[in-house]
Amino acid sequence: MGGSATGRYVLRRLAQAVVVLWAAYTVSFLVLDALPGDPVTAMASAGMDSGAVDQEQLDQLRAEYGYDDPMLVRYLDHLGSAATGDLGDSVATGRPVVDTIAQALPPTLQLAGAALALAVLLGGGLALVATYSRRRWLRQVLLSLPGLGVSVPTFWVGLVLVQVLSFQLRLFPAFGNSGPSSLVLPAVTLAIPTGALVAQVLAKSLLTALDEPYVQTARAKGAGRARVHLSHALRNASLPALTVVGLLAGQLLANSVVVETVFSRDGLGRVTAGAVGSQDLPLVQGVVVLGALVFVLVNLAVDLVYPLLDRRIVVAGGRRSLA
Amino acid sequence: MTDVLVPGLPATLVEAPLPAAAPAAARRTTPRRLGRFLVRRPGLVLSVVLVLLVVVAAFAPGLFTAQDPLVGEPADNFAAPGAAHWFGTDELGRDVFSRVVHGAALSLKATLVAVGVAFVVGGLLGLVAGFVGRWVEDLIMRVVDVLLSIPALFLSLALVTALGYGTVEVAVAVGVASVAGFARVMRAEVLRVRTAVYVEAARSSGVRWYGVLARHVLPNALGPVLVLATLELATAVLAVSSLSFLGYGAAPPAPEWGNLISAGRNYLGNAWWLTTLPGLVLAGTVLAINRIARALDGEWAAAR
Repeated sequence: MGGSATGRYVLRRLAQAVVVLWAAYTVSFLVLDALPGDPVTAMASAGMDSGAVDQEQLDQLRAEYGYDDPMLVRYLDHLGSAATGDLGDSVATGRPVVDTIAQALPPTLQLAGAALALAVLLGGGLALVATYSRRRWLRQVLLSLPGLGVSVPTFWVGLVLVQVLSFQLRLFPAFGNSGPSSLVLPAVTLAIPTGALVAQVLAKSLLTALDEPYVQTARAKGAGRARVHLSHALRNASLPALTVVGLLAGQLLANSVVVETVFSRDGLGRVTAGAVGSQDLPLVQGVVVLGALVFVLVNLAVDLVYPLLDRRIVVAGGRRSLA
Repeated sequence: MTDVLVPGLPATLVEAPLPAAAPAAARRTTPRRLGRFLVRRPGLVLSVVLVLLVVVAAFAPGLFTAQDPLVGEPADNFAAPGAAHWFGTDELGRDVFSRVVHGAALSLKATLVAVGVAFVVGGLLGLVAGFVGRWVEDLIMRVVDVLLSIPALFLSLALVTALGYGTVEVAVAVGVASVAGFARVMRAEVLRVRTAVYVEAARSSGVRWYGVLARHVLPNALGPVLVLATLELATAVLAVSSLSFLGYGAAPPAPEWGNLISAGRNYLGNAWWLTTLPGLVLAGTVLAINRIARALDGEWAAAR
């Protein structure tokens, strides 16, 4: 019985993920198709210095890329290819979008991974200390830090770090992706808004958890403060925090556009910035779909792991829906 | 109450972003109460002053600086901050303080357009979803879910690609990317209000649906959406300046907070003030708006 219920839960979540992904593809197609011109004109004007592209050539190019078809035909056509993993070719380089993204992804994943680790460590640590400490001023200072973290512009933090730590103290290289030392500043920059979010969510759910009856029970049974805090409250408080992980992944990916530009690091972020700059529609769409894919996959993973951590969910047959 | 407010958390994240409805009759907004509320919160007063200064700078930059933001004295270039140039000068000898002050107009305009778009479109979607219900609600809320699954910056970038560059284009892109949050909060509020006794009473005494909507549902549902709008102002300032920093905003000679900072990027080694000082103004503005939003979101109602 339990097996089939779990199976249904997994199947339903999988189906939801596919639908969201399809819808995200459709939204990005609609947005980008609203462009007044079309990529062919942009390509022709970019490829040739003189403006001497006659109408006939343009029409030929349009026919070749399928831009003379009605929108619905084009949409179904593209959707069909997308379902087989083909997101079209970049207009600027002519290379397949999927290859371009796959090539640019590893350095960005490295950066995002380092930033995520830092964010969880710093944000989680901050939330723990802030809720554990008995000193009022320390609590207040710590709890106001996340608000500061989400208020400072990421690009500005990056530039200030470069100024102080690279140009004045010469501790880290300012630009590029050469070796681990060049990862430090971008990762710290990227970790600040994410860490702030982790700290906010965890602090809130820790404070809620500390008021629960089971915490009082544990206290009454003589468990030490640290033990109650870490093994009772934190364990339960980190469950709700899991639900924002999908949001964090999307945020990290999106902020990498800014951070990679600041530090002139190669990666998906710079590819994205370049694609927007050259109006490379297929590539921009590919990135948008990737963003949705990451969000959907991370949330799917969280949803599948959640029942294992919190048995009440499947037993109650309740649906978990993520914001 | 353990509800220690965690500042700056987007309302869409928090399960129930609804500030407790204050027993309005019992505690009126008297000048005395407002005064006491503010005196105990110097940070809030400072925030209000800062935001007011930014607004004044946007409409009357001449009050703050007499120097031209676009024309500089080339002999004076890279002057460090001092009495003559509070924020120093850039590579063309232009006064950076003047550029920041004049930049407030474009940045503020972009922010207001962004929040306006999000507020109107999102609010209408949420209102229709909550008021009409049934399949209309399902359809709208599914679309909203999809919008939430795309990282906001990516959605903005796609829109900028489609719309082109410029202050207004960037503003619209940022606004559309935050429609989903408004739609959610508005719908939740409409659903809460719709079942209230006074709405039932109005209905059963024969008020038409548009009367119920305009006189009862809308005024009572609007509060939390307005709080979200103030929070969104801060987010929008950041998003707009990020896109402007990436180079999709106003064309270079025009000063915008984002492109001011990116212009200083080439002189990080010899002119720290070009990036640091405009960035401080930007960060201070965002902090101030967040502080005010927090005061509106429950702090005022909870204070006695």
